[in-house]
Amino acid sequence: MTPFAGWDMPIEYGGVTAEHLAVRTRAGLFDVSHMGEVEIAGKQALELVQEVSCNDASRLAVGQAQYSALTTPEGTIIDDVLVYRMAKSHFMLVVNASNAARAYEWIASHVGSLEAAVIDSSSRYALIAVQGPAARDVLQPLTGVELAGLKYYWFTHGEVASARATVSRTGYTGEDGFEIFIPPNQADHVWQALVESGRDVDIMPCGLAARDTLRLEAGMRLHGNDIDETTTVLEADLGWIVGWEKSTGIGLDRLRDQKAVGVSRKLIGFEMTDRGIARRGYAVLHDGATVGSVTSGTLTPHLKKAIGMAYVPVELSTPGTELAIDLRGRAAAARVVPLPFYKRPKTRATA
Amino acid sequence: MYPPDLKYTREHEWVRVSGDTADVGVTDYAQQQLGDVVYIELPKPGQQVRAGAVFGTIESVKAVSDLFAPVTGEVTAVNEDLVSRPEAVNSAPHDTWMIRIRLTSPEEVGALLDHAGYASLVAS
Repeated sequence: MTPFAGWDMPIEYGGVTAEHLAVRTRAGLFDVSHMGEVEIAGKQALELVQEVSCNDASRLAVGQAQYSALTTPEGTIIDDVLVYRMAKSHFMLVVNASNAARAYEWIASHVGSLEAAVIDSSSRYALIAVQGPAARDVLQPLTGVELAGLKYYWFTHGEVASARATVSRTGYTGEDGFEIFIPPNQADHVWQALVESGRDVDIMPCGLAARDTLRLEAGMRLHGNDIDETTTVLEADLGWIVGWEKSTGIGLDRLRDQKAVGVSRKLIGFEMTDRGIARRGYAVLHDGATVGSVTSGTLTPHLKKAIGMAYVPVELSTPGTELAIDLRGRAAAARVVPLPFYKRPKTRATA
Repeated sequence: MYPPDLKYTREHEWVRVSGDTADVGVTDYAQQQLGDVVYIELPKPGQQVRAGAVFGTIESVKAVSDLFAPVTGEVTAVNEDLVSRPEAVNSAPHDTWMIRIRLTSPEEVGALLDHAGYASLVAS
């Protein structure tokens, strides 16, 4: 167990490689109860969500979720979040554990004269993720929710193993799967039920290490590594989560300016073409000069490649560009590749 | 757990001495701490290594560690199988040698820990 944002979290249960491969080929189970939840409700809840998050929440139907970010006036990222529209005037933002307090305070400080209440409801929810091509087969026997009818980035309410639950077809692995919000006092019971139900597919409990290698393979940014309050949404190459048609929003003007002028640096994916593994903090080199820094890097258990993400000058961000990574004094060749590194095969799961 | 025919360093390498040569690997404790090993960088045959100095690196999915030479001498062989099968360090740490060294100062072996000494080191 390791301390993580005030939680004791398992780094791994059965080895990061085995856990990672279980999610890619069968199913894995994650206790992600450390994630924070902030709820915004009231007549002007939508206005507040539009103000504090960069995506366009007005496009969400009730029962739908979107990836978004809380942005500073400079367009940099306080946290990346999932915005759930629970009801017409009720939203839930799922925030990172280490940013939960900051996210709540930031949102609450922007209520102003809006008719909206902001509640940190992190302690009201445990969150269990079941991820992988067999996730549906594992979860379906335990719930009356018809999972086949639940589209990617939609959610619904029901029961899981007799516990009141919100079931969301989302995840942080690049695989099909579900995230299940339940009352904390039901978490142990639901976890055990999923372990039992997953026995046929040899489901594996997965720790933080596999969560990190899976998300990196899937090209998903990790706040605190790849994105933070020094990187803008556009530098992080997340322009697709900006609601450009919105009338207002913190940082939106700055992002519009940056879009018009163009960014000077950009987050890229790379893979090592020489032997060696790039790690967070290693320098990115071009023609012998330092041009950037690795934000995440590992050797992925599934692709069996050394991959990573880094910020580099935009003129060096085109896939195919040859770079080098300073591996503790040795310059090892790397090449810019498109993100994500891994894309799951199209199956019934996305229907 | 820790074979009595090996000698150990405080940095979690082992040596198996036979005549004037010594095979070097890392201990079961080391592989447990590292987790799944995915990459090992080793010197070339002919290179000199010095007791207590770094001779290579070992990487797991989550971390990088230096490898320290337990004894001084010339590298006479390198276990090339580890390029394609680094996970052997996890499955059989005490049977997976990394480099073979021709000893130039055999008396250094006497300064290393025996299996009981090493076992109590990692237990504390």
